[in-house]
Amino acid sequence: MTVYTPMPAAEPAARSIQLHPLSRRLMHWINAAAILVMIGSGWRIYDYYPALSLKFGFPYYLTLGGDLTVTEAISNDDGLVNALLWHFAAMWVLVINLLVYLVVGIVSGHFRRDFLPVSPRAVMHDLFAALRFRLDHRLGEYNAVQKVFYWGVLAAILVTILSGLSIWKPVQLQWLTWLFGGYEFARVVHFFGMAAIVAFLVVHIALTILVPQTFVAMVLGRASEAPHRSRGGGE
Amino acid sequence: MTDPIIMPKPVIAGIERRLFLRQTLSLGALTLLTGCDISDNDAVQSVLNLMSRWNDRAQALLFSDQRLAPTFAESEVVHDFRYNAFFPAADVPKLAAADYRLELSGLIGDKRPWTIEQLHALPQESQITRHVCIEGWSMIGKWSGPRLGDFLQRVGADLSAKYVGFQCADGYSGSIDMPSALHPQTIMAVKFADEIIPAKFGYPFKVRIPTKLGFKNPKWVTTIFVTNRFPGGFWEDRGYNWFSGS
Repeated sequence: MTVYTPMPAAEPAARSIQLHPLSRRLMHWINAAAILVMIGSGWRIYDYYPALSLKFGFPYYLTLGGDLTVTEAISNDDGLVNALLWHFAAMWVLVINLLVYLVVGIVSGHFRRDFLPVSPRAVMHDLFAALRFRLDHRLGEYNAVQKVFYWGVLAAILVTILSGLSIWKPVQLQWLTWLFGGYEFARVVHFFGMAAIVAFLVVHIALTILVPQTFVAMVLGRASEAPHRSRGGGE
Repeated sequence: MTDPIIMPKPVIAGIERRLFLRQTLSLGALTLLTGCDISDNDAVQSVLNLMSRWNDRAQALLFSDQRLAPTFAESEVVHDFRYNAFFPAADVPKLAAADYRLELSGLIGDKRPWTIEQLHALPQESQITRHVCIEGWSMIGKWSGPRLGDFLQRVGADLSAKYVGFQCADGYSGSIDMPSALHPQTIMAVKFADEIIPAKFGYPFKVRIPTKLGFKNPKWVTTIFVTNRFPGGFWEDRGYNWFSGS
């Protein structure tokens, strides 16, 4: 929890800052929905024939693809059809949204301004600070760990999309399948790409709960933040 | 906690609790999306099916009649190939060579039925390719037989028609686009692993299409027809994507 230290009377107690333009917020939530659909349907597809030789599957209630008894009644199918339909519908939303995001991010300078530079020294410094709960969260300004995280999840999404394409089209895009080590290995890459995205989501959502203003900012675009210092001090 | 705070703590806690609630609620809404039966809603179904038709078109565009499926070495062929159908292996159709006739219908000039011997007498092609199932498993196998494209040409099929359909002895049916039917690797596989194809893999032949998923490779074929009217198929009618290219 944030500790509010007394401030000189001259300074405002809180400042409202513009953080995310509407376009970015829209793309964020479209992306969030598409990713969740891809994960939910992907988990059910995985369960039908796991890419990993582990005794492990995703619980049915966490997967997307309709009620088993209903699909059984409609189509004599045990639930794979809907998962596939979702997966291959949402992929278009995911890819088109991501492409627009990348173009806007590069052209507008959002990536350069907000995600760069990332020096290894800054990452180490901020990482240790974060682990000791001494890292300040400043709205509208990413620390080095956050920058690395955003680049990381972007890379994970790209790898997952490309490996996904390579198992969707191992003939027409065989060069891509070859690049991912062949059909069977590409499935494993696709799985771990998903796992990396899920790992990011866990941290991403946990941190949003810790600093709820970031959620407000991603919905409304603006958030007010009381000026604060190091959060490790008084607790 | 000993430090003085300016804002009364309950107020902050209240704000944070509300925000937390809002977040968990929206998270809950999103997980509902995954767990519940949104898929079974009619409107959702029709959107999903529209997207599937869109994917048919996208895949047809991506398909190239020049691009060959990757081929593999003899040493990579799986020996214990998986049996796969919607019924147990004990129930596979056991067709007798003497009685069997391949029927032809639709936009085909010469509709005389074919015997198994006649199919074996045609020029044969061999391929070692990967069979990819829509469920996710894949296996490398060796299939041999006449090219479907050569066969269609020989019987005077209308090669400008849209679809080639298949009916099978087990009640299965399927259909493919004409460009895929004419692809050089699309064969009527009368042999599997250099032997006469066994009953469990489709005797007297399986249409082997390495540019499509496994369920688009019908076994125990009894009728081939050519048409411009969308024929659908056993799994396609149950919602699986029609083009299902690889």
